[in-house]
Amino acid sequence: MKSASSFTALAIRYGFLVLMAALIVVFSIAKPAFMTPQSAVFILQSVAITGILALGVTATLVVDGFDLSIGSVATSALMLSAYVQVVWGLGAFVAVALCLAMGAAVGLINGLLIVKGRIPDLLATLGMMFLLIGLQRIPTEGNSISTGMVLKDGSTATGTFSPNFLMLGRYRIDFVLPDLVPLSVVFLVIIAALMWVFLERTRHGRVMYAIGSNAQAAALAGINVNRYRILAYVISGVTASIGGILLAARLGRGDVGSGNNLLLDAVGAALIGYAVLGAARPNAFGTAIGALFVGVLLQGLTMLNAPYYTQDFIKGAVLVVALVFTFALSGRIGRG
Amino acid sequence: MANGAVTIRGLTKAFGRNTVLRGVDLDLPAGRVTVLMGANGAGKSTLVKVLCGVHGADAGEVLLAGAPFAPASPAQALRAGIVTVHQNINDGVVPDLDVASNLLLDSLAEGGAVFLNTRRMRAEARQIAAAVGLEIDVGRPVAGLSLADRQLVAIARAMAQKPKLLILDEPTSSLSMAEAERLFTLIERLRDDGVAILYISHRMSDIRRLADRIVSMRDGQIAGLFEDQPLDYAGAVRAMLGQEIAEMDIAIPAPGAPVLELRGLQLRPEARPFDLTLHENEVVAIAGLVGSGKTALAGVLFGLARPVAGEVMLDGRPHRPANPGAAVAAGVFMAAKDRRSNAVIPDFDIQRNLSLPFTRRHSGTFALMRGRSERATADATIATMGVVCQGPRDSILTLSGGNQQKVVVGRWLAEASRLLILDEPFQGVDIRARRDIGRRIRESAGNRATLVLCTELDEALEVADRILVMSEHTIIGEHRNENIDLAELTAEVAGTGPAMEKTA
Repeated sequence: MKSASSFTALAIRYGFLVLMAALIVVFSIAKPAFMTPQSAVFILQSVAITGILALGVTATLVVDGFDLSIGSVATSALMLSAYVQVVWGLGAFVAVALCLAMGAAVGLINGLLIVKGRIPDLLATLGMMFLLIGLQRIPTEGNSISTGMVLKDGSTATGTFSPNFLMLGRYRIDFVLPDLVPLSVVFLVIIAALMWVFLERTRHGRVMYAIGSNAQAAALAGINVNRYRILAYVISGVTASIGGILLAARLGRGDVGSGNNLLLDAVGAALIGYAVLGAARPNAFGTAIGALFVGVLLQGLTMLNAPYYTQDFIKGAVLVVALVFTFALSGRIGRG
Repeated sequence: MANGAVTIRGLTKAFGRNTVLRGVDLDLPAGRVTVLMGANGAGKSTLVKVLCGVHGADAGEVLLAGAPFAPASPAQALRAGIVTVHQNINDGVVPDLDVASNLLLDSLAEGGAVFLNTRRMRAEARQIAAAVGLEIDVGRPVAGLSLADRQLVAIARAMAQKPKLLILDEPTSSLSMAEAERLFTLIERLRDDGVAILYISHRMSDIRRLADRIVSMRDGQIAGLFEDQPLDYAGAVRAMLGQEIAEMDIAIPAPGAPVLELRGLQLRPEARPFDLTLHENEVVAIAGLVGSGKTALAGVLFGLARPVAGEVMLDGRPHRPANPGAAVAAGVFMAAKDRRSNAVIPDFDIQRNLSLPFTRRHSGTFALMRGRSERATADATIATMGVVCQGPRDSILTLSGGNQQKVVVGRWLAEASRLLILDEPFQGVDIRARRDIGRRIRESAGNRATLVLCTELDEALEVADRILVMSEHTIIGEHRNENIDLAELTAEVAGTGPAMEKTA
């Protein structure tokens, strides 16, 4: 009985990491090309933008909230950065600054709607999602943005994406091999590290976890619960706009159709993160591993010639298994 | 008189190992208002829930008009004629529907024609409303009504069922005096129509206004029945609080400089203003029943509420905290009551629960937490409070209730405060933990003023230098904790003491 329950405890704690290691071993044996630096970087690059968004939504999950607007914030940042450079002809720095400000503003509005307007988080951010999806299409009358496009007043857009801006999505730094690691992966690693330190090691993160666990008790301990709730949505908005900037820089055009999957993939990664190390709660390390897990699985299966259209099914299945790990298993021996 | 009455014999109910009702015998005669009193956890609400079909009894029987009665569901109890108006008014009405639909809800729920005839419904609803003296446009949505009107709607709806027994669970807790008076008039009409009424309340003014008889509950049993006129209110309170109050040796130190001064503080529009001064090196307990205003006072001091009128001075300066954070910054700490909902962070270990209000103190550059400092404070608090645990990294939920309480009290003793408020610090705590916590509160009281709020008198006697009594949101009595006249103290708690008239 004792050994059975301690086995379950071990399985819950390390099960997901063991599963990921096993997948890597199996894929490497089946396809030796899987175990190369290029393949590893490809996986990282495929999950970089999703992962950055997922880290942001993790902050809102920590305070027992949810942000459904992250996908639309990212695509809005994509369209905004294209509009600023291509139509207005402004530079990379202005584009990036405006996108970050837009993300922070959306997060602030989300937070105020939830905290001051007392609108449930899912509904407020769902409304914001629809609003942004619509808003980003209005300036271009629903068209994608690229150099040479015809504007409303009949003139032609003459601006181009600044090379400095495109570098954010395309430049690769030398690591082991020359020109290996794209900047987006570097950003993912930096944001993951910062978010982990912020949530696990600073008093602000500590307080946010307290709010997520028992907001009433946190308030009675003298914590300004509303301010931290709003902060969480601002963090989420800013990270989502970073994701959008990187996406724009990679694509090099303001494409209205891109980024459809960002929301679901990011939320999935954050929820898979609950299962990592048996945390049973949102956490930055778990979110990063969750994003990576999906990337490893998809890359491996693609190399084994699994068809493209099965990907969403696989992601969904991984998510359900992870949630079982977290809630059904750990609930039994944990809080009961 | 026995007609329509409810008779309860040997009613027993346990939840797991916790026996809540231990053989309750009670008669509820028709045409009388029976007031039920009892401290938290005495078993009042469980008794009500058995009567209205939420819980089944383990043993014993209930006779309704002489016939055995064991409802399997609230709907069945309602059909049999037992109607309950719950404390939470919105349990009794559907806010989004209009008054007419609410009044007819029970008959609607039973089925009938597929389509509703609005005109006929409204006519029927008007009749029901008129029967209880409720003058209101039945076409209005309930969401637009005042709390008092909603409650009358809930009662009118219940009365449409021609009840034999009407149970009211603290119905006036959110009503103004004028609103409560309307409710009392209605209750008296129903009583005169021959309905048996079970009225649960802590408010002595309600009880004096309405009670034909008083039943006191304590520890799952009926501790006293009072029906001789005039009613012995102090006796009822004594029966409810218990008489086995232990004498404690309290050495009362000389109080220091004044810390907190309240001048003309008024907690509710209809409550009498009061003055109060708390000194350094002094532990003051405020005793009073639930709803007597203790928690309202704590709320004003801790930035959760604003007083109606009056001044609060802390160390000679005005103290008007906008929120608990501001109160803590000003040196006013509060360990809230109901630790499970108001104090414990269930996902955190002991150490993190302890450091929660003072994370800034344990963090350095870039707000990074300093683990060693946090750990040292946790170790010290665990040692001084006598928390029984493996170590500071244990989950808080692995602790017993008493040890959890030591953690949530110890949390606020780790830093120096000017005023420490402890709201029901002995709630749900065994006798040993209670002594530990009380001793620690007294030992640490030197450089601050300490205010302990408790419902149970023996807790106040164990911990305080001075005991104040609150009733009706004002202070009605003050006693130095030596050779206290217990009879007078309980009389004051019951709101019948001589001090009621003379205190300014």
